[in-house]
Amino acid sequence: MKNFKLVYTIGVILLAVLLTLGIASLVLAVLGADVLKTFWVIFCYPFTSFKNLSGVINIMTPLTLVGIGICVAYRSGIMNIGGEGQMLIGLLCAIVFALYSGIEGPLSIPLIMLVGMAGGAVWGFFPGILKSKFGVSELLSTVMFNYIATQLYAYCLRVPLLDPAVAGGAGDPQTVKLAESQWLPRINEVIENVPKGTRFHIGILIAIALAVVVYLFMWKTPVGFKMRAAGASDRAARYGGISVSAYLVLAMIISGACCGLAGTVEILGVHHRGLGNCTGGYGFSGIVVALFGGLHPLGVIPAAFFFALISYGCSALQINKIPVPSNMIDVLLGLMIMVIVAAKLIIANPYLMDHVQHTVTKLINKKEGGADA
Amino acid sequence: MANPITSLRIEHITKRFPGIVACSDISLSVGKGEVLALVGENGAGKTTLMNILMGLYTPDEGKIYINNKEVVFKSPSDAFACGIGMVHQQYMLVPNLTVTENVALGMRQMMDGRDGDTTLDKFKRAVKLDLASVRRHIVAISEHYGLSVDPDAYIWQLSVGEQQRVELVKTLCFGAKFLILDEPTSALTPQETDELIELLRRMSHELSIIFISHKLAEVKALSNKVAILRGGKLVFRGNTADHSAADIAALMTGHQVYLPVNQSSKAPGKPMLEVHDLFVRGDRGNMALNKLNLTVRAGEIVGLAGVSGNGQRELAEALTGLRAIESGEVSLDGVSLVGRTPKQIIAQGMGYVPEERNIEGIVPSMSIRENLVLKDIGKPPYSTVGVISNARISANAEKMREEFDIRCSGVNVAAGSLSGGNIQKVILAREISRGPKFLIAVYPIRGLDLGAAEFIHKQLLALRDSGVGILLISEELEEVINLSDRIAVIFKGQIQRTLGRGEATQRKLGMMMAGVKEI
Ligand SMILES: Nc1ncnc2c1ncn2[C@@H]1O[C@H](COP(=O)(O)OP(=O)(O)OP(=O)(O)O)[C@@H](O)[C@H]1O
Ligand SMILES: [Mg+2]
Repeated sequence: MKNFKLVYTIGVILLAVLLTLGIASLVLAVLGADVLKTFWVIFCYPFTSFKNLSGVINIMTPLTLVGIGICVAYRSGIMNIGGEGQMLIGLLCAIVFALYSGIEGPLSIPLIMLVGMAGGAVWGFFPGILKSKFGVSELLSTVMFNYIATQLYAYCLRVPLLDPAVAGGAGDPQTVKLAESQWLPRINEVIENVPKGTRFHIGILIAIALAVVVYLFMWKTPVGFKMRAAGASDRAARYGGISVSAYLVLAMIISGACCGLAGTVEILGVHHRGLGNCTGGYGFSGIVVALFGGLHPLGVIPAAFFFALISYGCSALQINKIPVPSNMIDVLLGLMIMVIVAAKLIIANPYLMDHVQHTVTKLINKKEGGADA
Repeated sequence: MANPITSLRIEHITKRFPGIVACSDISLSVGKGEVLALVGENGAGKTTLMNILMGLYTPDEGKIYINNKEVVFKSPSDAFACGIGMVHQQYMLVPNLTVTENVALGMRQMMDGRDGDTTLDKFKRAVKLDLASVRRHIVAISEHYGLSVDPDAYIWQLSVGEQQRVELVKTLCFGAKFLILDEPTSALTPQETDELIELLRRMSHELSIIFISHKLAEVKALSNKVAILRGGKLVFRGNTADHSAADIAALMTGHQVYLPVNQSSKAPGKPMLEVHDLFVRGDRGNMALNKLNLTVRAGEIVGLAGVSGNGQRELAEALTGLRAIESGEVSLDGVSLVGRTPKQIIAQGMGYVPEERNIEGIVPSMSIRENLVLKDIGKPPYSTVGVISNARISANAEKMREEFDIRCSGVNVAAGSLSGGNIQKVILAREISRGPKFLIAVYPIRGLDLGAAEFIHKQLLALRDSGVGILLISEELEEVINLSDRIAVIFKGQIQRTLGRGEATQRKLGMMMAGVKEI
């Protein structure tokens, strides 16, 4: 069998998905929910209307952007779990710039995005330089920078940026609304004749374009090549004259910029103002998306769609009167991470694959032999 | 424990990988107390065949018989349970555990295959790590075979030779009655090699052994039988005593092998590499190089002979910018290299074949063609205006594959999946074809088959004749004497003495390497 490897890989992934679904059903059954109906809402309901599908795409957008950022860092040998903080700082910078620069008109959107990317890039730069200069583990520093970003953002939201309309009141803290010309247009505002209810913002186009650009950068340019070499084997890269520490910092800057852009797009496209929980935890779920997408910028796109799907589906459980806590999605996510890691190990083991191939060939031969007899 | 193995026979073993037949219809047998040497070119399928014997791979066709009974190994623990143990080409020890802990680590898995245990016994073993009894076991084994290991030493404290002994003890502790050794001597010093051969000879009274080696002297010294693989096929079987090393070499490569000798009388040119009073620290903070002085001229090969651990690695790394220089002066073609980055030094014309080829010389997960341009990816013709040209990279790879006879199923496969010798060819192809001004070659033929060694030596001599200066770091005295114009002996971070080509003999060098200054 020539394509056994491909078949094997797909088989393992399918098994992983089945296993996840199996365990999830078990959890649902224990919770006393109607298993089939729950799955229908999670996986099929989002497809039932263009409005729902637009909701999925709006969730998919920041997930894709963060996922791309995680891929760049991971491929370059650094695990960025600071996506959440980079998103926050990025969107904070973007909001401040949008509110106080007085900029308006068509050019304002790209400019605000650039500012947001710069903010995220700075937040990625620090852990990068700490690692390359002092060997500080990025796992530690990125998490710490998440805390700093969260607190800094909470402060800004409550004090300097607080919307006077809610000041002193009991409402949740938020900033003033951005000017309408600074909002990312919705697809039905750009293209006419889209089916009714199609109203996702055009951030998804930016995300897909970025995925292609990052793919070309990482795989078709010498700089990307060197970053991947540094990530795959830092000693060999150093030997080959590649400045591993410089590329590490660059990777974190790019990664941070992607996450910063994710935060900015979320503000410009969905919330139109700063709110208490506007990152939606995408900085973390983006890591799972990146893993699920094979740590490849193009693989991130379908992975993000899939995650957005179940995320939207889970949040729709309530509307559909299914008594399952929406925390279910966290359970599903946790399950998936474990199954993905296990599946990855299995796929990477050539000896195991060899044994499976043999058993399968033997079974097929036996069947054919049996048919002949 | 398993019954003693009185005979092991494999019949018509065939194993295919995508695009390649690694083993093709191989039949062999080994009797009690026999030592079979398995030799063959790089990529001939030796390691694959042994991995099949160990249950790591399943053969596509063919059968294995132990004591005339067919066995099917589904995993290495099945092979262990039958008493077969293997020491791999790369050691599999955990550096920050002790010897005892490392042995204990593999022990449980092996013990699971034992018959006649009650479930309670198995459960007890599963929850309890009986280090004291493992330690006793190690001491008993090492006394029995005269294998000296310190059960309480940490792996990171041990030399390569000592680690090898730990691997052996580990395998024996698992109850191996049949030993498979994959290139056990390729990373050992000549002294350690002699000790190992002596040890194996003693062990062969009680055990059967299959060992793989590219060094025919060892084959002659240790084995009763020899089997030669070429291109996955068994091309020869015979008694070692009936054939000379030269015969075996010829059978292996298909032609007579003459390791070339440097006979050029061309006078070397201007000084290329100059090292003056060099001080460099080792990994543990000690002064690994202690006021080292050395000059290599253009068109000259200087062999650096010495027992490993006397500063060779630190010297190579300091010269290539991978290790900081404490003090002293180093220059290449008149340009100082002190404080330069590896990139700048490469741009200055320095080539380097490193010792640890698997983790330093290549990026294992990247393809062969990418590894061949690792140092030049940012320059034309491989990339223009910031875009990589895949067509040119592939063309280069095909050319190198042809020229250096890299055996692979395609240049797009990961370099890490190549056989050991072919990885070395990839590195040499890259370093030589870049047209360096100066080349540092550390153990350039380690793990290479004879034909490849001959080829590499010819390449090095041709490079020398074209005016490149070469620093050849090696422990193989024969290699050093054959190739060098001058030989410098390194001892405790200093050059002990430098000898001309005519003056050096193996005996003289051996004594100077041990620290004797004047002979
Ligand atoms: N898992 C694998 N997948 C694909 N090809 C493989 C695999 N393992 C080995 N090969 C190929 O099979 C052939 C035999 O490899 P093997 O490692 O057995 O050679 P070897 O005789 O041990 O060589 P060396 O002396 O260099 O160690 C090589 O061409 C190698 O590239
Ligand atoms: Mg091998």
